[in-house]
Amino acid sequence: MGSLNLLRVVTIPLLLGSLLGSTAFAQSPTYGVGRTPTAEEIRRMDISIGPTGEELPPGRGSAKEGAQVYAQKGCVGCHGAAGIGGLAPILQSKQGADVPVWKKERILPLRAPHATIVWDFINRGMPLGLEGTLTPNEVYSLTAYLLFINKVIPEDQVLDKQSLPKVKMPIGDEYGKPHQFKLNAPRLEGYPY
Amino acid sequence: MDSKRNSRRELLKAGAALAGGITLGTGGKAQAQHDHPMTPGSENASPMIHGSKEQIEYGQRSKYVTSVRVQHPIGGRPSPDVFGKVFHVATPLQDSVGVITPSSLHYIATTRGSFLPDIDPKQHTLTIHGLVDRPLTLTMDELKRFPSVTRLHFIECAGNRHNGKQKTVQDTHGMTSCSEWTGVLLSTLLKECGLKGSAKWFVAEGAEEVKGASSIPIEKAMDDCIIAYGQNGEPLRPQQGFPVRIMVPGFEGIYHTKFLRRIKLVDRFYMNYNEFGHLRPEDKELALGEQIGPKSVITYPSGTQRLPGPGFYEISGLAWSGGGAVKTVEVSTDGGKKWNRAEFKNTPQRMAHVRFAYPWKWDGTETAILSRCTDEIGQRQAMREEIANWWKVPFERDYRVPGLDNSVMPWKIARDGSVTNGLA
Repeated sequence: MGSLNLLRVVTIPLLLGSLLGSTAFAQSPTYGVGRTPTAEEIRRMDISIGPTGEELPPGRGSAKEGAQVYAQKGCVGCHGAAGIGGLAPILQSKQGADVPVWKKERILPLRAPHATIVWDFINRGMPLGLEGTLTPNEVYSLTAYLLFINKVIPEDQVLDKQSLPKVKMPIGDEYGKPHQFKLNAPRLEGYPY
Repeated sequence: MDSKRNSRRELLKAGAALAGGITLGTGGKAQAQHDHPMTPGSENASPMIHGSKEQIEYGQRSKYVTSVRVQHPIGGRPSPDVFGKVFHVATPLQDSVGVITPSSLHYIATTRGSFLPDIDPKQHTLTIHGLVDRPLTLTMDELKRFPSVTRLHFIECAGNRHNGKQKTVQDTHGMTSCSEWTGVLLSTLLKECGLKGSAKWFVAEGAEEVKGASSIPIEKAMDDCIIAYGQNGEPLRPQQGFPVRIMVPGFEGIYHTKFLRRIKLVDRFYMNYNEFGHLRPEDKELALGEQIGPKSVITYPSGTQRLPGPGFYEISGLAWSGGGAVKTVEVSTDGGKKWNRAEFKNTPQRMAHVRFAYPWKWDGTETAILSRCTDEIGQRQAMREEIANWWKVPFERDYRVPGLDNSVMPWKIARDGSVTNGLA
């Protein structure tokens, strides 16, 4: 009798729980430590720009404006005039237009599969020592300039949240895609080493 | 009571002798000031280290231990550079014993050469957001309130490639290190946030000036990633990401984001600048830029060391794999003709260095010593020729192994006992 009662006492709330709010119950925090950041805090912090560009801020810029920003912000000092001849990585290909992209230099605004990656890196990582100080317009402009000097877009094309993710990069689909990672599996299926 | 008084008297006497020694300042002769004869052989053969406040409070190694990190690769970009930035620095494996790399000798690598951020842990937070039910911001104190794990793991840089031009094992293999890491499993935090089913990848981002970020599959996050605040019994060192970094056991070093400030759950692969560096034409080669294969190297005897003469030596080295625990290590002392099972000096653990050894009697003839390993999921470390054969490319002297180079490393031993790079 006693054990049966105990069973009922335990079972009923469990059943109720699973009927009424199983989702809420399963997803409620276990430890309740920490706080929920506001949407605004997240927006300010979230500088990851995915291939769809959904995280891009409002703003716009073209190659012409970008050339000015490139000069004003001192990009020339490290990357050289028009991306050639500096100590920092080269930013304009010296190869002819007919050379396939994989035979050209490893240049971000040339080889990147998405133009959003160029925007993301300028925004988070440049200029050296003053990272994070460029405005969205300046980043759009610089991105346009670097894509233009690599013959990816025309000089007058305006880049913004809508147009940037749509830029057709020269690499097209000719690059390796990440495999489906599997736990406790060889790093490459069929590769013994 | 008597014995106490006696010992006190002894102490006073010793003090007087010491004081006398200091005043006289004649080193060995000062010991003759004792008012009783010393037992022969009890004299201190070495000078004494005078205790300083600093040494008492925070220990230092002996001045006779001088092993240091060096820039990697030799002749490459210096660290620090003229601006004080750090690029790649290798750990002195030739002097290592056991499996723990002292935190002060752990290899260092940064994305493009970085200043170390001087982060006040009281000001630092970690935010998890994106495809979760409840975004979460944690202070470092709050992070430490979660259930923790402590695990041994190696980290190895993708630049850890051996070639014939290098001299020491520090040059060839020094971009790997192993520590005991303490922190909270990422899966614990993601469950706390309510991970959405649509989350397939996550981006881990650091707080250094370039905000270095890497994309990692969600399966890995829910398995063994650690949000680590402790290394070898103390807080992380700034060079290792103080106050918090992510451990992605078995993945290339670059994934182990330091100064971790943000984790974003996303529904697809986000190619960050770090992943741009991994970009390859083919899926197959790209896949080898993630998890590290089985790898081992002999650290003693190794390049530039010298065996004093024929006789007994314990060949010793390290083995590790990104696929799990090391299962076996074999050592060859005849250039790879015969392979002998090595013994483990500690229990192999998942994605951790294991110390192996093989007892050897060197007969004084010229030879080459090599090691190779297998891991618990059946991957095995191969010779460079075998790897080239698998990829169906002609094997040449400067053949570049795809992915992180995990090929066998030979050391040549000359008749005079000198040890040199077997790839040279």
